[in-house]
Amino acid sequence: MATPTEALESVMPTTRELVLDLHRRMVRIRRFEERAGKLVESGDMPGFLHLYVGQEAVAAGVCSALTDADQITSTHRGHGHAIAKGADFRPMFAELYGKTTGYCKGRGGSMHIVDMNRGMLGANAIVGGGIPIAVGAAFASQYRGDGTVAVSFFGDGATNIGAFHESVNMAAVLNLPVVFVIENNGYAEFTPQDRHMKLTDIADRASSYGIPGVIVDGMDVLAVRNVALEAIDRAKRGEGPTLIEAKTYRYFDHQGIKGMRILYRDPAEVEAWKTRDAINLIEAIGVERGLVSAEEFAEIWAQTEADIDDGIEFARTSPDPDPVDILDDVYTA
Amino acid sequence: MTTRELTYVKAFNEGMHQVMAEDPDVFLIGEDVAGYGGVFHMFDGLLTEFGGTRVVDTPISEQAIIGLGVGAAARGLRPVCDLMFMDFVGVAMDQIFNQAAKMKYMFGGNVSVPLTITTAGGAGMSAAAQHSQSLEAWLAHIPGLKVAMPASPYDAKGLIVGAIRDDNPTIVVLNKKMLGVKGPVPEELYSIPFGVANIVREGNNATIVAIGRMVVEAEKAAENLEKDGISVEIIDPRTVQPLDIDTIVTSVKKTNRVLVVHEAVEFGGIGAEISSQIQESAFDYLDAPVTRLAAPFAPVPFAPILENAYVPDAPRIEAVVRRLLERK
Ligand SMILES: Cc1ncc(C[n+]2csc(CCOP(=O)(O)OP(=O)(O)O)c2C)c(N)n1
Ligand SMILES: [Mg+2]
Repeated sequence: MATPTEALESVMPTTRELVLDLHRRMVRIRRFEERAGKLVESGDMPGFLHLYVGQEAVAAGVCSALTDADQITSTHRGHGHAIAKGADFRPMFAELYGKTTGYCKGRGGSMHIVDMNRGMLGANAIVGGGIPIAVGAAFASQYRGDGTVAVSFFGDGATNIGAFHESVNMAAVLNLPVVFVIENNGYAEFTPQDRHMKLTDIADRASSYGIPGVIVDGMDVLAVRNVALEAIDRAKRGEGPTLIEAKTYRYFDHQGIKGMRILYRDPAEVEAWKTRDAINLIEAIGVERGLVSAEEFAEIWAQTEADIDDGIEFARTSPDPDPVDILDDVYTA
Repeated sequence: MTTRELTYVKAFNEGMHQVMAEDPDVFLIGEDVAGYGGVFHMFDGLLTEFGGTRVVDTPISEQAIIGLGVGAAARGLRPVCDLMFMDFVGVAMDQIFNQAAKMKYMFGGNVSVPLTITTAGGAGMSAAAQHSQSLEAWLAHIPGLKVAMPASPYDAKGLIVGAIRDDNPTIVVLNKKMLGVKGPVPEELYSIPFGVANIVREGNNATIVAIGRMVVEAEKAAENLEKDGISVEIIDPRTVQPLDIDTIVTSVKKTNRVLVVHEAVEFGGIGAEISSQIQESAFDYLDAPVTRLAAPFAPVPFAPILENAYVPDAPRIEAVVRRLLERK
């Protein structure tokens, strides 16, 4: 097997613009999550967060292959998908702070970010809840014949829920333009994969639906983008869904940054994954190939930091919702 | 009988330990209930004490968790199936209401399903629309199911034991916001039968029928009203199915005024049933309309300012009771 990046080179050369784009998407996710996590843990922000740090390459790689017209559905760990799909920091932070200027007017919070202008059909607090919805979005693509696709992101744990089976099978039978992206981070909450399924490679499940199953290194953003492009192309050709399994890892706890009540994973395992950090990898590629300088990467980090400060300031100074409006939007008027 | 202060969740946990020690047919199954002890610490220590045969972690598969419980219960075991958040009953609903609830009747009495479902409901944690619901009216609407809503540490222990010993499918809905609330709990194993209300506080001027955590809010309201010489009786039905309407009606006949309060949405909530039954049984005793205080007809909002407005609380309970008393 060619290494993913070699395989990619043959399909599409790695340009400076591409490296910058993917890097920016990932850095924006990383910093957003780190800052948001701290704000919740200091009590500044309400609720709780499932943070995406470690998995950035999956959202960034896949979403870089999509347009705003293509739809995605997401999960409880959904900030990364929204940001990679182009969501803005201001309404994201405002939503996390429960403000009127948030993506959901403060109604939804962290687990329900939506951005219909960018094809982000919503995060979901019910594991597996978004999978059939992506199938429906793909049905609409096929129905309208508009050439768009839908992508559903979900975890290893979500592949054990009935909705996964029903959705993938139905999409296969109906030949729908949908891509199923499993983000296999090895754990469902505190349960390791080998205690929630007998398979090592979840992509193997694809064969039982008669569709391709592809495994990709989820820390290699270029490789992720490559398999996504192929799957999207296939979907657009009318050849139906693909099941992609991205092997990845979350650096933080299931919920929040810290707070592991029991030691359910080896700290050495966490450190080992960090040595293959997706952002470090793309920076190394950019510099080695002389496409992007270290200074330019540093500039992205700095710009992201400034954008986040701006987003937080915007959110903090935005108005609270008014309880008088509590019944608005229960139904479409 | 030795009694000490325990938190709601520790009391529940103690009930689980004791009933599992007593009956080898009781087992626990659900997501992260074994190795992690449940995301709310409800099941801490059970794996260590009873081992992996009786305390079982599962994949994320709510339908299969409940279905497994139904099948095992039909074979005479006493499964405790955990659904973590009450909102997830939706994923398992067919096994709950078409299977577990109906087997006894549909099969002509041939099969009993001594299944217990545990879960945590209620709002107030900024957990938003899919992690905050109070769906007891859905469940109580299904003939064959029984539904408990413990409102104190004492009841959390007694009702889980009562549920597991009950020969029918039962659902015990803990309240997430009450997990750390402390109260007196006997050390011994005891059980609270379903269908027996708790008179939490005696009084003469008005009755508050409060469900789940609203009992705590009603108590705060009653203390304030007491300062103005208003004496309120608080009834906690403990189980909304079966419902101990007799205790409620007896109280209403004494006080002649009644407020029903719950955190589920008002429309079609359990308060509608209670209020209807009160007026059928005690119409001539009422000095004011049976009144309800509950959530507005909207999903649970995330923003704290909206969520606070959404869930009834002591000040609003107090205000409604005062209004009830103004009616001549
Ligand atoms: C139907 C349902 N069951 C259980 C949960 C509680 N829960 C939230 S996240 C999670 C684990 C999900 O694991 P996975 O799909 O691998 O995603 P990850 O958290 O690893 O990103 C669980 C069990 C839920 N939200 N919905
Ligand atoms: Mg996972």
